[in-house]
Amino acid sequence: MIQAKNLSKTYNGTTVLKIDNLEIQKGESFGLVGNNGAGKTTFFSLLLDLIQPSTGEIINNDFRVDHSESWKSHTASFLDESFLIGYLTPEEYFYFIGDLRGQNKADVDALLQKYEEFFNGEILNSKKYIRDFSKGNQKKVGIIATLIGNPKVIILDEPFANLDPTTQFRLKKIIKELADNPEITVLVSSHDLLHTVEVSNRIVALQKGEIVKDIQTSSETLEELERFFAV
Amino acid sequence: MLEWKAFFRSASFRTNLALKILMIFVAIYFTVIFLAMGIGVFFLIKKEMDLDPLIVVNRFMIYYFLFDLMMRLFLQKIPVMNIRPLLTLPIKKSTIVNFALGKTMLSFFNIVHCFFFVPFSIVLLIQGYDVTSVILWHIGMWSLVYVNNFLNILLNNKDYLFFIFIVLVLGLGTMQYYDLFDVTDYTSVFYQGLFDTKYLFLVPVVVLIALYAITYNYFMKNLHLDTGLSSKHSIAKTEQFTWLDQFGTVGTFLKNDIRLIKRNKRSKTTIFMSVLFLFYGLLFFASGIESYDNPMMHMFAGIFVTGGFLFTFGQFVPSWDSAYYPLMMTQNIPYKGYLNSKWWLIVIATAISTVVASFYLYFGLEIYLIIVVGAVYNIGVNSHLVLLGGAYTKTPVDLNSTKGAFGDKKAFNLKTMLISLPKLLLPVIIYGLGYYLINPMTGLALVALAGVLGFALRNKVFTWIEKIYKAEKYKTLDAYKQKG
Repeated sequence: MIQAKNLSKTYNGTTVLKIDNLEIQKGESFGLVGNNGAGKTTFFSLLLDLIQPSTGEIINNDFRVDHSESWKSHTASFLDESFLIGYLTPEEYFYFIGDLRGQNKADVDALLQKYEEFFNGEILNSKKYIRDFSKGNQKKVGIIATLIGNPKVIILDEPFANLDPTTQFRLKKIIKELADNPEITVLVSSHDLLHTVEVSNRIVALQKGEIVKDIQTSSETLEELERFFAV
Repeated sequence: MLEWKAFFRSASFRTNLALKILMIFVAIYFTVIFLAMGIGVFFLIKKEMDLDPLIVVNRFMIYYFLFDLMMRLFLQKIPVMNIRPLLTLPIKKSTIVNFALGKTMLSFFNIVHCFFFVPFSIVLLIQGYDVTSVILWHIGMWSLVYVNNFLNILLNNKDYLFFIFIVLVLGLGTMQYYDLFDVTDYTSVFYQGLFDTKYLFLVPVVVLIALYAITYNYFMKNLHLDTGLSSKHSIAKTEQFTWLDQFGTVGTFLKNDIRLIKRNKRSKTTIFMSVLFLFYGLLFFASGIESYDNPMMHMFAGIFVTGGFLFTFGQFVPSWDSAYYPLMMTQNIPYKGYLNSKWWLIVIATAISTVVASFYLYFGLEIYLIIVVGAVYNIGVNSHLVLLGGAYTKTPVDLNSTKGAFGDKKAFNLKTMLISLPKLLLPVIIYGLGYYLINPMTGLALVALAGVLGFALRNKVFTWIEKIYKAEKYKTLDAYKQKG
C-alpha cells in the first residue's frame, strides 16, 4: 500500500530521517515508536507531502505523493491541531470534511452516532467552537474526522497524547476495529510503547531518523521494546 | 529580547523586507510633513491670517488630539507581549507590566509628535516668546500626547469607541463650520492657559501620572491566564447555510468563508473597512478638497468605494486559512473550487457595495457611473490581481487576535494598505488617457472594457494561480507554521 524508497530528509546538513526501504502492506496496522526527534512526525509529513523529501520517494497506492494528488482521496490524517478549523463547531467541521469527501449529511450523522461513546457527550451540541475546546477534546474531533468517507489509509500522529484514560481505552478499541478490517491500513505513532503494541500488528522503532527495529507484534514485543528504550 | 528575536526570526521579516523599506519611507514621509508643519505653521499663520500663531494652534489643538486618538485607536498596535511564558519565570509582575507599558511609549505614534512640537517650540523661542512659558506649554503638550497613548491602551478593547470618536469629530467640525457651536471657544482657553498660566501644566502631568497608574493597576490585576490574558468564549451556534449546498464545492467553501468572516475579529474588520471605504469617496466627490477634485482622482476614488472588501480580504487569500493549511493540503481539494468561492465572495461584496454606493447619485449620474465602472474593473481585473498577489503572501493570519489585554488586536495596519496601491494606478491611467485624449465617456468605457476583458480571462488566471499555489506549497506551509 505504502512504499518508501531511499527516503531522506536533511535540514541544513543534519539528516533527520533516512529510510532506505520500508513497505507497509494493505490492511496492516502499523505502529511507529521512537523518542522525541526520532523522525516520526517528519515521516508522516513526508507521507502527506507536507514537506519535500531531500532524496527518495514515497508511493501511496501506486501514486507518488509528491507528483500526483490522487492519494488524497483515499488517505485521511490527523497530525496536530492545524488539521482543525478553530472557528467551526464540531458539527460544521464534520460536515465540511464530509462535503470534501463526497459524504452527505446523513452519512456523516450515521458515523457520528457510531462514535457517540468516544465523544463522551462533550463534543456534539456543545455550543462551542473547536478553538475553545480543551486539547483532548480537540483531538477527539480530529480523530473521528479522519474516519469520515471510508478512507483506505488512516494516519494518526500521537493520537493517545492529551487523552484521558477512559478515552485512551476507547480509542484503542476503535483503532483495533479499524485494524481488523483488511481494507484499511492504519498508521499510528506514539511515545507510548504499551498503547502502540496493543493496537498494532507491526511496530517500527525509529532512532535518530533510522529504522532500528521492525517487528511483528507478539507477546514478547513490549518487553523487547522496553529493553531497547531503557538506556 | 524575546520580542526582538520573534521579529527577526519570523519568515515575514525576510520575505517582506521590501515592504518594510516601503513602510520606512512612509514613516519618513510623515516625519517630514510633521517637521514642515512644525516649522512652517508659525510663519504661515502669521503671514496669511495675521494672528498670533500660538493662539491659532491652541485653538485647533482639541482637533489635533482627538484626531490623534482616533488614529491610535485605529492603527496603533498594543505591543504583542509574549507574556504568557514570562508569567511563571522569576520576573516580578511589575517589571513585566512596566516593560509592556514602557514599550508603548516608544511607539512611532508618540515620537512623530516630536517633529511638530519641538520645531514649533523652537520657532516660538526664536520669535521671542517667554522661555519658561514655552517650556511649560511644551511639557503640557507632551503629557497630553502620552495621555492619548494610555487612553488608547485602556480603550483598546472597545471597537465601538472608534465610531463614537468619528461622530464626535465630525459633529464638532460641522457645528463649528456652520457657526452653531464652537467647541474651540472652550478648549482653547485650556490650551492657551497652559502657556499663559504657569503651574497649569501640572494638570496634564498629573492626569498622565494618574492614567499610568490606572493602566498599570489594570494590567497588574488582569495579569492572569483566566482574566486579561484569557480568550473570551462565545456561545457557538451551528450554522448550516443549506441553501448554499446547491452550488457544489463553491458552496462548501463559501459556507466556511461566511463563518470565517462572522466569527473572527480579524476578518470582521474587512467588513468594517468596506463600509469605511464606501464613504471614502465623499472626500473626492463632495468637492471638499481642491486637489482631489479632478478626473484622475475621481477614478481613484471610484475604485476605492467598491473595493474595500476586495483589498482588505482578497490579499490575504489564502492566508485566512493559514491556521489549518495542512488540513487543506491533505484533503482532496479542488483548487479551482477554493479560489472560485473566494472570488464569488469578493464579487458579492463588490456588488453590494455598488448598490449601497447609489447614494453617490446625489452628486450626479456621472459620479455614480465612475463608481459603477470602478466596480466593473474591480470585479474583472482587481479581483484576479488580488488573488494572484495573495498566492505569494506568506504571512500567517492570526484569526483569534482577541486574546485579551495583551493580545495583538489591531488587525488592520499600514502594510495592508500599501500592497493595495498598485491596483489603483492602472485604472486611473487608463481613464486619464481616455479622458484627456478623447473624452470622459471614452475614459469610462476603456476602464469598463479592461474589466470585461479581465473577466473573460478568468479561467486562464485561475489556472495560473493554481500553478503558483502548487509551486509554492512547501514554502507556504513552512511559513504558516510560524505564527505571527
